[in-house]
Amino acid sequence: MSEPLLTLAGVHTHIGQYHILQGVDFAVPAGAMTVLLGRNGAGKTTTLRTIMGLWKPSRGQVTFAGQPIGGWPAHAIARAGIAYVPETMAVFSDLTVAENMLLAARDGPLEAARLDWVFSFFPALKRFWTQPAGTLSGGQKQMLSIARAVIEPRQLILIDEPTKGIAPVIIENMIGAFRELKRERTTILLVEQNFRFAEALGDWAVVMDDGRIVHRASMAELAGDSATQHRLLGLSLEAHA
Amino acid sequence: MLRAILSDDLPRSRLLSAILVTIVALLALAPLLFGGAQAINTAAKICVFIVLVASYDLLLGYTGIVSFAHTMFYGLGGYGVGLALYGWGATWSAAGAGLAIAVLTGIALAFLIGLFSLRVRAIFFAMITLAVASAFAILAAQFSEFTGGEDGRSFRVPELLRPAYTLTELPIVGAITGRTLAYYLVFVAAVLLFLAALRIVNSPFGRVLQAIRENDFRAEALGYRTVGYRIAANCLAAAMAVLAGGLNALWLRYTGPDTTLSFTIMVDILLMVVIGGMGTMYGAVIGASVFVLAQNYLQKLMAAATQATEAVPVIAHLLHPDRWLLWLGILFVLSVYFFPAGIVGKLRQPMAAGD
Amino acid sequence: MPNAGDPGPSPRGDEQADAAAPMPRARGDYLPVLLLPGLAAAALAIMTWQGVPFSTWVTLTIAALAMGMMIFVIASGLTLVFGLMDVLNFAHGAFIAVGAYLAMTTLIPLAGWVEANSLSLNLLALGLAMLVAMLGSGALGLAFERIIIMPVYGQHLKQILITTGGLIVAEQLIHVVWGGDQKPMPLPTALRGAVIVGNIALEKFRLLAVAIGLIIFFAMLVLLNRSKLGLLIRAGVENGEMVEALGYRIRRLFALVFVAGSALAGLGGTLWALYRETLTASIGSEVIVLVFIVIIIGGLGSVGGCFLGALLVAQMANYTGYLAPKVAIASNILLMVAILMWRPQGLYPVAKR
Repeated sequence: MSEPLLTLAGVHTHIGQYHILQGVDFAVPAGAMTVLLGRNGAGKTTTLRTIMGLWKPSRGQVTFAGQPIGGWPAHAIARAGIAYVPETMAVFSDLTVAENMLLAARDGPLEAARLDWVFSFFPALKRFWTQPAGTLSGGQKQMLSIARAVIEPRQLILIDEPTKGIAPVIIENMIGAFRELKRERTTILLVEQNFRFAEALGDWAVVMDDGRIVHRASMAELAGDSATQHRLLGLSLEAHA
Repeated sequence: MLRAILSDDLPRSRLLSAILVTIVALLALAPLLFGGAQAINTAAKICVFIVLVASYDLLLGYTGIVSFAHTMFYGLGGYGVGLALYGWGATWSAAGAGLAIAVLTGIALAFLIGLFSLRVRAIFFAMITLAVASAFAILAAQFSEFTGGEDGRSFRVPELLRPAYTLTELPIVGAITGRTLAYYLVFVAAVLLFLAALRIVNSPFGRVLQAIRENDFRAEALGYRTVGYRIAANCLAAAMAVLAGGLNALWLRYTGPDTTLSFTIMVDILLMVVIGGMGTMYGAVIGASVFVLAQNYLQKLMAAATQATEAVPVIAHLLHPDRWLLWLGILFVLSVYFFPAGIVGKLRQPMAAGD
Repeated sequence: MPNAGDPGPSPRGDEQADAAAPMPRARGDYLPVLLLPGLAAAALAIMTWQGVPFSTWVTLTIAALAMGMMIFVIASGLTLVFGLMDVLNFAHGAFIAVGAYLAMTTLIPLAGWVEANSLSLNLLALGLAMLVAMLGSGALGLAFERIIIMPVYGQHLKQILITTGGLIVAEQLIHVVWGGDQKPMPLPTALRGAVIVGNIALEKFRLLAVAIGLIIFFAMLVLLNRSKLGLLIRAGVENGEMVEALGYRIRRLFALVFVAGSALAGLGGTLWALYRETLTASIGSEVIVLVFIVIIIGGLGSVGGCFLGALLVAQMANYTGYLAPKVAIASNILLMVAILMWRPQGLYPVAKR
């Protein structure tokens, strides 16, 4: 197993007076996709936001590529090589698709070859290139959000529930896109509730509950173990597909 | 019984209680203890401001609403009573009618403003109240045939309250004149209104207000129509400010834009509520006392200081008593940063740590 | 919250939509713009009915344009700052005043150029004065943003309180430095008086103000729509957090916009003082209420809305100032109420996170 790219050790996060993360410990191996599973309210989104620096950890260490990034401002963490695809997608509605992508390409101009590669698995973006992002459908916005994160090579991509509310056909599209990314050896940390999606792409599974990690296993192990699934997530993940 | 009067909202700090008792005692006995006109004027001003600032604390400290229209209601009360006494003769019924009209108008205005602006973002509300208050001030100055314009209106008060009137002569203390009676009217009214405010903020209604201040989204989710509560708070605070204005007019026997409607007074209120302590009610008592005393006696200090530093013009200019507002402003900014809980908060701290 | 034109995911997937033609762009929202000629026409109708000469209406309309431009210059910075940073700077009035005073001080040694009957010398003097005003206000803005506002980011209540306090302190310091008496702000010789067209008098300075306002407006549009900085600002107004997550120092952007807004306020203050030809320490407070009304009407964060709002408010002020002077300021409040009833977020609200 390769050296973990990202490590969280004893991370606590408070939001106001709420103690959301209560000692999160896990590692994300490089070059693979780790899926963060758990019920609603377990703290998965908070974990991603803490890694991204949008919320400061009150205790504990976040280490990325050997550097301690806990407490860094979000822009520094982004520049260290982490990209973020939030649950809300956060596309800039008043800006066109092109402008959204231009913003995302901060290290230089938009590279034509890379852009074509993105278009290859997200063709809609090419068609809507000059349209305001606000006029896109939900699935297309999700594509844009992901495209923004990959238009330049990044070491780690944090993705929060990309398939939520998206039509199954688009999800197939996304699976293709992620397979492309994996081929590139991009490390991905994915929060997902759609187990079929997670199972198709994930290499490692980390399960959260009540602000803590309660189980770590390879995806293959977890997928075959219905008893553990039931115990941790209160249902069979198969049924959730 | 004390708990009942104070609606179970005790000072919760020995030092604070001592200070409050001292202030109330001095205010209660002011006409008997202090001979000069300035002293009793200061005391009356403190009483009026306690009511005005307490009403603002209801809005800002308890409900979390920033409004710049408070002086408008204060002025409404002043003009209501003043113009009624001016136009309809110096009788109690005239004063009462004027006050009633002012209160109703105030509540109606507060209702409209609230209905309209409290649905939109909080910052909108602040700006809109500023605009409305400015408009009101300009209108009051412009319709001078009615309001006396920039100069305001002097008027006679009912006979009982006039300085010339003597109720009786007491040994040691001297004559109980109309002024004394007027003072006690203001004092007693202030006490009653303050206790009423205390009752309001400690009632279930008051607790909902505080919940709204903390997290209005959650309050709404819990089933409270937050808009309704905010509007109600707005109206209550406005009514109380109107009453404060009426008391002020009765005391000064004068009403005018400078004493009631100017933005300076709005800033003064903000200062008093912040320094005293937002969301505590007792902060209004402390804040008003500190402020009025400082304003009267500090300006003398500044005048002396200006003369002393005549040789260095810049410093002399900075210390000139007209620059009172400069130091006010600095103190205000520092208070918001370093003393967000105000004096009352600071005094209560050791208690809280021991809980 | 669904966006306009968003049909949501269809059961048969976006393949269908992909195959079809691209979705039509949201129709340009030009309805509010019609308010401008609408108001002008209404005023003209009322004036004609009252037997007021046409030339008066033209004079008032030009005055409204000039005033509107000046208010726009002042308000544009404030609306961007609010849209971008969610900071409401009640001390904006201080930047207006400081700019005007700095301009006045700059013009004193340049009296020769100001009094000369040469347009180029006049403009040079004015240009210098405006430059100093902008630099001074900008510097004050930077200090303000770092020292006073930064510690209270995100806390609206404290922001309102602190910036109000800052305003008081700034105004008092103006008293200390320049004195509290009313100062004259004479117009340069070549800009005095009016250009006569037919039987209509077009005041020269007002024309200059309109020109400057238009230049600034178009410069802003170009900046916002055609530069990466503009891109960042527009994106930041919508979702500053995401901009930061994309790797940009949003705080620096804030500071930049704040400084630019303050500089514009200084410029606007200079123009306003020249327009009035007098200057007092309360010049900031005079204008700020109108500025607030303008940015509320326009929609917080929208430059176009601010432009439109400024012109509308100026129209209202000038027409009612002539027809019914006592209710002039109340009329603007009524205008604000009417518009908010129609569009509660202002004429051109910015799509928010």
